[in-house]
Amino acid sequence: MARHRNVRNRSYSDDFDDDDVYGHSVEEDSCLSPSDTAQFMYDRSRNQQAISHFLESHDNIQEEAEDEVDDLSHPPLERRESLELRSLKLSEDDETCLMSCLDELRNVLGDSFSDNILINAALNHKFDYNKALDEILNKNSNDNDKKKEEPVKQPPIVRVIPSIDPVSSNNIPKVISTNLEPKSAGIIKGFKVQCSDSSGSFSQTPREQSPASERASTPRIEDETKTTLKVKENKFDPKKQYINERGSDKDHIYIVVIGHVDAGKSTLMGRLLCDLGEVSQKTLHKYEQESKKIGKQSFMYAWVLDETGEERVRGITMDVGKAQFETKTKKVIILDAPGHADFIPNMITGAGQADVALLVVDATRGEFESGFDLGGQTREHALLVRSLGVNQLAVAINKLDTTNWSQERFDEISKKLKTFLKQAGFKDSDVTYVPCSGLTGENLVKPPSEVELLKWYNGPCLLDVIDKFNVPERPISKPLRMPINDVFKGTGSGFCVAGRIENGVLNKGDKVLVCPTKEMAEVRSISINEMPNNVAFAGDQVSVTLSGIDMQNVSVGFILSDPIQQVPVATRFEARLVVFNVKVPITKGFPVLIHHQSLVESANIVKLKSLLNKSTGEVMKKKPRCLGNNSVAVVDIEVSKPICVERYKDVKELGRVMLRVSGVTIAAGLITDMYNS
Amino acid sequence: MKLVYKNIEKDGSGNISLIPEESEDMWHAYNLIAEGDAVTASTVRKVQTESSTGSSTSSRVRTTLTIRVENIDFDTQACVLRLKGRNIVENQYVKMGAYHTLDLELNRKFVLQKTIWDSVALERVDMACDPAQSADVAAVVMQEGLAHVCLITPSMTLVRSKIDMTIPRKRKGFAQQHEKGLNKFYDAVMQGILRHIEFTVVKCVIIASPGFVKDQFFEYMMQQAVKTDNKLLIDNKSKFLLVKASSGFKHSLKEVLQEPSVISKISDTKAASEVKLLESFYTMLQLEPAKAFYGKKHVERANEAMAIEILMISDKLFRCQDVQQRKEYVALVDSVRENGGDVRIFSSMHVSGEQLDQLTGIAAVLRFPMPELEDSDAEGDSDSDDN
Repeated sequence: MARHRNVRNRSYSDDFDDDDVYGHSVEEDSCLSPSDTAQFMYDRSRNQQAISHFLESHDNIQEEAEDEVDDLSHPPLERRESLELRSLKLSEDDETCLMSCLDELRNVLGDSFSDNILINAALNHKFDYNKALDEILNKNSNDNDKKKEEPVKQPPIVRVIPSIDPVSSNNIPKVISTNLEPKSAGIIKGFKVQCSDSSGSFSQTPREQSPASERASTPRIEDETKTTLKVKENKFDPKKQYINERGSDKDHIYIVVIGHVDAGKSTLMGRLLCDLGEVSQKTLHKYEQESKKIGKQSFMYAWVLDETGEERVRGITMDVGKAQFETKTKKVIILDAPGHADFIPNMITGAGQADVALLVVDATRGEFESGFDLGGQTREHALLVRSLGVNQLAVAINKLDTTNWSQERFDEISKKLKTFLKQAGFKDSDVTYVPCSGLTGENLVKPPSEVELLKWYNGPCLLDVIDKFNVPERPISKPLRMPINDVFKGTGSGFCVAGRIENGVLNKGDKVLVCPTKEMAEVRSISINEMPNNVAFAGDQVSVTLSGIDMQNVSVGFILSDPIQQVPVATRFEARLVVFNVKVPITKGFPVLIHHQSLVESANIVKLKSLLNKSTGEVMKKKPRCLGNNSVAVVDIEVSKPICVERYKDVKELGRVMLRVSGVTIAAGLITDMYNS
Repeated sequence: MKLVYKNIEKDGSGNISLIPEESEDMWHAYNLIAEGDAVTASTVRKVQTESSTGSSTSSRVRTTLTIRVENIDFDTQACVLRLKGRNIVENQYVKMGAYHTLDLELNRKFVLQKTIWDSVALERVDMACDPAQSADVAAVVMQEGLAHVCLITPSMTLVRSKIDMTIPRKRKGFAQQHEKGLNKFYDAVMQGILRHIEFTVVKCVIIASPGFVKDQFFEYMMQQAVKTDNKLLIDNKSKFLLVKASSGFKHSLKEVLQEPSVISKISDTKAASEVKLLESFYTMLQLEPAKAFYGKKHVERANEAMAIEILMISDKLFRCQDVQQRKEYVALVDSVRENGGDVRIFSSMHVSGEQLDQLTGIAAVLRFPMPELEDSDAEGDSDSDDN
C-alpha cells in the first residue's frame, strides 16, 4: 500500500507534504478540543481564504454561495475531530457499510487523510469506495494544482473535477434520503440539501468537502454554536432517547440469587433455564453424562451456571454466574451469587448490580436451621442485599420435596423468615414466599402438579413471581456513572470494561472520565449481553470498549464518569452506619475492608462522631467510646487510597458502603459527607 | 544487639554502648535514641584541607564523632537509621558545632548518652539484647489479584512486596483470560517470595488466603519449582503453612496470627501475643465495657484508682518529640508496674500495634469495673485527636 501511495505522490510538488502533515494532525490530535483544532488549522485555512478571495475577484460568485450552503450542512461532521459516527445518526447497516468503506480507503491511502475526509467522501458516494477514493485523490491533486496555479489562473480546475462527481451526486442523493431519513432530522437534512444542490451546480468540488475549506470564515462560527446546541439538546433529553430505543422492548430486570451454601441456588436457576428452553437438550445431556461420571448427578443443573472446571469439581459457585431469560412482560437477567462465606465479596459485587433478589432456602430439616441461625449465610446475604438497596424479595423455599411437601414445614420457615426479614427492613408486602423444588422442577415455570402441594398451595409459581416484580425507576437523566467490575481484553482492538450503568446514558463515541485517576477515554463500542449496541442506559449491564487509555491504568472499582459533572473522589468521608451483629465492638481505629460497588479497599474508622437512636435518628451520645451490636452511628472513615464515592442523597447506589472484618460483615453505611484533602 | 558496656549514674544519666547486629536492631535503636541525646559513632566525613599556598584538597576520612541528635530518620523498608546533629566533641577534622549526619551501621559500635535513662528505655535495651527472641516468620496474605509478602520479626512486620493486579473475571467463553491472569499473578507472587524471603533465616512461610487461592497458589508454585528445578523451593516445601485468612489486605495478618497452627509454630513471637492481647481487650469491651478503657485520660483515671490489670501502650508514644509527654507516659508505665499491673509495649510496626496506634495508642484492661467517665469524654477525645 505504501508503494501505492508513493507512485501517486511522486508527481506532486513539495506542497503535498504540507498536506500530508496536515492530514495527520487532524487525526492525531483527536484529544484537542474543537477550538484548539481550529486554532491549529488556522494557517492552512487562511491560505484557503486567500484562494477564495482570489476566486471572488474573478467573479466566481456561484462557488462562493455554494460554499456557504456546504458549510451549513457539513459542520457536525467536520468539527468533530475524531470520527464520531454517532453524530451522523446512521442506521446500523449504513454504519457497517461506512466502516468497511473506510477500511478500504485506509488500505489505499494509509493515514495521510483525516477520518473526516474519508467519512465525508464515503457518505457522498453512498459508501462506494471507488468513487470516494477518486474524489479524495482528485481533490488532493486539485489542491496542489491550485496552489501552484493560484496566482495565474484558476477556473479550469474547478471544472475538471465535477466531471467525475456528478455521476455519484446525481444518482445517490435520493437513495440516501430515503435510507437515512427515519432516524433523525437535523444532520441528514444537511446532506440532502448539499447533495441536491451539488447535483445542480458544478462546484461540488472535493475541495469544498475538505475539512479545511473555509475553516476560519465567519459562517463557521455560527455553525459551531448551532451544533453545540444540537449536542446539548441531545444530552438534555435522554428520556426521549430512552423511549425511542427501549419504548417497545420488555423491561430489563436484574435478579440476584442469594442464600446459604448448598441451598440449591445454581440448581434452581439451572432448572429454570432448562425448563424455559434457554439451554439446549444437547448441552443438558452432556452435563448429565459428565456429572454422572464424577458421581455428582444432582449437580447437573447447577452446571448450567457454574461453568469453570474448578466450580464444577468443588461443586460450589465461586464467582457470580450470569444468564438471562424472558417472561411475559420482562427480560430477566439472573446473577447467581456464590453462597460460600469466602466468596461474599463476589456476592456483594453481584448484588450491587441487582434490582431485586431471590432468596433460596433449603427446607430440609436441619439444613435450614444451620443456614439461618448465626454463622449461616442466609442472614448475612439478606442483610447485605437490603443494605445494597434491594427492597423486593422473593423467597424460594427449596427442596420441599424432601419433606414431602409439608405445609407445616413451609409455614414454619416462612414464619421464621418473616420476622427476620421485617427486622432487616423488608416490607411484608414486598416479600413473596414460594414453595418449590429445583431438582424436580416443581412449581418453577408451571403451576404445581404435585398432589401433596396442591392440597394447600394455590399461589403463583416462581416464574410468575419474578414476572410480578416492579422494575425500579432508572435514573437516566442524571450524569453518567458506571462502576467497573471487570477489565479484560476484548476480541478487537482496545480493551473492555464491564459494569452496570448506575446513572445516565452512555453513547458510542462518548468521551468519559475514568475516575479516580481522572483520565479521559473514548467509548469505542458498547455491548449489552454480548450484543453490540449504540447506546446504553442506566440499569443496563454493559461491556464497553475503551480507547485512549492504557489497560494498566484501569482497574476494578474505578468509575466511568461524565467528564463535566464528575464523580467526587475522596479518601475520607462521613457515613451513617448500621452495625450488625458483631463479635467485638467497633472502636476508633478499627481496621475494616470497605466494599463499595465492586471495589474492595482497606479502611480505618477514624472517628466515632455520635451514636443515634435507631428509630428516631436523634443523637443519643456524642463521641461514644465504642459501637455495640445493632447500633446506629455517625462515623468518619478513611480509606487507604482515594476512591470515588457519592453522597447517598445524590446517587444512592454509589453512596452505600459495606464494612467487613475478617470475613464477616459488621456494618452497612450510607455516605453523608465527604472531606477534601 | 550486643551490649558492650552500661554506665549509668544514680541520677539516671549515663551512657550505654551497643553493637547492632541485625537490621531489626536498627528499629530498637530508633526507639532508644531521642532528640537531645548524644551519640558517638564511627563515621565517614569529607574533610577539606587548605595548604599553605591556598590550594584546597578534600578527602574522606573515617573518624569517630559525637553529636547531639536533632533529627532522627528511620527507613522502615531498608532499616537504615540516620541521625543528624551538631558535633559536640572537637576532633582534628571536625570543629565543634559543625553539623554531621550519622548513619548507624551494622556491626559497628555506637555509644548512646542520655541525660535520663528511664525504665522504658532500659527495658528496650534488655529486649534488644535478648538473643532468644529472634524467630523470623514470613507470611504471604493473598486473595485473587492482591498479595502482600511480609516478613514478621519479633518487633516488626515488614511488607516486602505488594502485588496488585487486575484479573479478568470469568465470562462465558473467555475463561482462559481469567486463568492466564491468575497464572501471571501467581507467578508474580512466587517471584516475590523468592526475592524477598531468605529460607535460611525464616522458620516458616505462612500462605494465607480466603477460599482456595492458597491451595491453588501453592500447587502452582510447587509445579513451577519442579518444572524449573528450583531446589530452594523444593527443599523448603515443609516450611510452608497454609492458613485461612479473610482477605489479602495487610491487616488480615491479625487473623493469621491467631490461628492455632500458626501460634504453635511461632510460639514466642511478640506479634502473636500482641494480637491476642488486643483481641482480649476488644472482647472485654464487648462483654464488660466498664472494664476496658482506652485514651490517655481514661487510662490515667483508671490508674489513679489502681485498677489497671494490663496496660497496652504503643512504642510510638515514647518516640514523641515532647520530652514532657514522654515523661508522663513513662510515669504511667512505672506506676502501673508498681501497682502490680502488667505492661505491654506494642510495636507500632505490627498490625496490632498499628491498630492500637489508631485507638489513641493506649488501652487498658481493668481489674474491676469503673464507672464510665461521661463528663470527660470530650476532653479525652480531643486529647486523643492530637496523636
